[in-house]
Amino acid sequence: MSDALSLVLLGPLEDIGSNPAFFGEVVIGGVMAGMLYSLVALGFVLIFKASGVFNFAQGAMVLFAALTLVGLMEQGVPVWAALALTAVVMIVLAFGIERVVLRPLVNQEHIILFMATIGLNFFLEGFGEMLWGANVKKLDVGLPDKSFMVAGMQMNQLELSAGLIAAVLVTVLAIFFQKTRIGRALRAVADDHAAALSIGIPLKTIWVVVWSVAGIVALVAGIMWGAKSGVQFSLALIALKALPVLILGGFDSVPGAIAGGLIIGVGEKIGEVYWGPLVGGAIENWFAYVLALAFLLIRPQGLFGEKIIERV
Amino acid sequence: MIYREAGQFKTTYASDQAIFPIVQDRVVVAVAIAAAFLVPPLTLGDYWLQAVLIPFLVYALAALGLNLLTGYAGLLSLGTGGFMAVGAYSAFKLATAFPGLNIIVVFLLAGLFAAAVGVAFGIPSLRIKGFYLAVATLAAQFFLIWLFNKVGWFVNYAPSGTITAPARTVLGVMVTGPESTAGARYVMALAFVAVFALVAKNLVRGRVGRAWMAIRDRDIAAEIIGVRPLRTKLLAFAISSFYCGIAGAELVFLYLGSAETIAFDITLSFLVLFMVIIGGLGSVLGSFLGAAFIVLVPIFLTNVPHNIGLDLDVALAKQIELMVFGGLIIFFLIVEPHGLARLWQITKEKLRMWPFPH
Repeated sequence: MSDALSLVLLGPLEDIGSNPAFFGEVVIGGVMAGMLYSLVALGFVLIFKASGVFNFAQGAMVLFAALTLVGLMEQGVPVWAALALTAVVMIVLAFGIERVVLRPLVNQEHIILFMATIGLNFFLEGFGEMLWGANVKKLDVGLPDKSFMVAGMQMNQLELSAGLIAAVLVTVLAIFFQKTRIGRALRAVADDHAAALSIGIPLKTIWVVVWSVAGIVALVAGIMWGAKSGVQFSLALIALKALPVLILGGFDSVPGAIAGGLIIGVGEKIGEVYWGPLVGGAIENWFAYVLALAFLLIRPQGLFGEKIIERV
Repeated sequence: MIYREAGQFKTTYASDQAIFPIVQDRVVVAVAIAAAFLVPPLTLGDYWLQAVLIPFLVYALAALGLNLLTGYAGLLSLGTGGFMAVGAYSAFKLATAFPGLNIIVVFLLAGLFAAAVGVAFGIPSLRIKGFYLAVATLAAQFFLIWLFNKVGWFVNYAPSGTITAPARTVLGVMVTGPESTAGARYVMALAFVAVFALVAKNLVRGRVGRAWMAIRDRDIAAEIIGVRPLRTKLLAFAISSFYCGIAGAELVFLYLGSAETIAFDITLSFLVLFMVIIGGLGSVLGSFLGAAFIVLVPIFLTNVPHNIGLDLDVALAKQIELMVFGGLIIFFLIVEPHGLARLWQITKEKLRMWPFPH
């Protein structure tokens, strides 16, 4: 019994102690992966905050944005123009979603809206692939991709720049939310739909803005993931990776999405590298969920989620 | 319906609280069930039974299970595929380890295993609610599938990782395995669905169902009036997983014949959730309508372009199918967010008044 315990508890810790540089590499790899999870989770949080819609189609939006970008670049459009065009496409998509999906379903229960976004998910996957084809594409927007060594740890420029871009994006979003007029309106809507409506905030406009911002965040996430592993169908599945990040951080918290992403990213990598071999590996699929579940048992609303006060 | 309850007086509580209080309803349902048992196996070909009716019945049972949990108890779950996998793998283990065991007993035991696993993963529901719970149940989905993939014991160390339904008989008729006829498997699936639909109907109109609905509508208020949340929620998980487990066992034994874990992945969970929502949350009939919709639409979408002489590229057809499927889901949600069961109810009301609508 004690042998088994020491194998599970002490063995991996000894491994960590014996090779700190490798451990550092694992942690940094986790931070970078976590940043990417955060980017996807951020799109969820934005929409959930402003409209209470749990947007399952975020993953499909990432795929759609990446496919559109690659498709445009394959047509010979220069990178900057393709980026701008894709952003425009995502904004048009936001208008379309608001008009066709959200407006007729206003005031419906959350689960109905959730289902509608799953329908949207199917639609976008089919649509994106029909427009641009289903084979794996290489995305190259000119980000550097070289490895170098720091203090005995191997690092990758691409991952570094991904982290940097994510950080910039989050800062910009924070400023947008806190300082601009629309940002204030967004926060008002997130607080209370009815109250926001009654003081004259146009709900429809706000929704379009939020979905557009989420679309652009999806574009950034698509570029990062696409540059890392090619643009392909599996991109749509990263939504599933972002879900534990969401419940860990709280559905309605932007800092939560970031912190949750980092915790999940690092935890997952450490778990996979040091504890994975003990149970036969490939634990990445569920480890994040179990980690998040353990957190939830202590704080049911996530780390940074708003405290749920219930009364009859 | 076209007929009315006029002239049928209820003189006892029992007749007032019957599932079908009107005589004509009872007759119609009895005839429909008898017809379902007799007509398709005798008249329809193997294609209809194997590709349409058997999956419909299997999915209907799974949707019924999820509807008890999500529609009646208000607990959103995305772990259906995982619970169905538990049913399928434990049925496989039981059937191969005890070859003499009757296959019906195997199915029921498999359901019990799934129920136990469901209770274990239902424990967080006491603290976690809504979408948080939905995501938490995904932990069950991914963990269970990983477990069945990794541990060779579950597949009897088959190198392919596939479980195959062994041949078993009920009353001398071969009902599982490659040699069984589609008709026999159809009757078997129908018998299970008919019995468990009746059980579900009785559950939800009794004490248990009322407790579930109280928890769904306002859990704190329910707790104050004396509904025990722990027992009620775990019971919902147990019974729902029991249904899903049997459906999972049927999926392998009666429909697919052999399966790998991929058959139970997250797509299956979503598919069953679609059936519940499109059919109607909190409706036994809705589970059947939803299952019929989800089984029929892809078949319809695959066959239509072919039949009108349009030869589409396979990949393109697949993509269009995805798009139309997604579009249809949104369309149905917009037209009737409460599902097909509600549409049926409206139709019934209209027919009742027909031809004098006032």
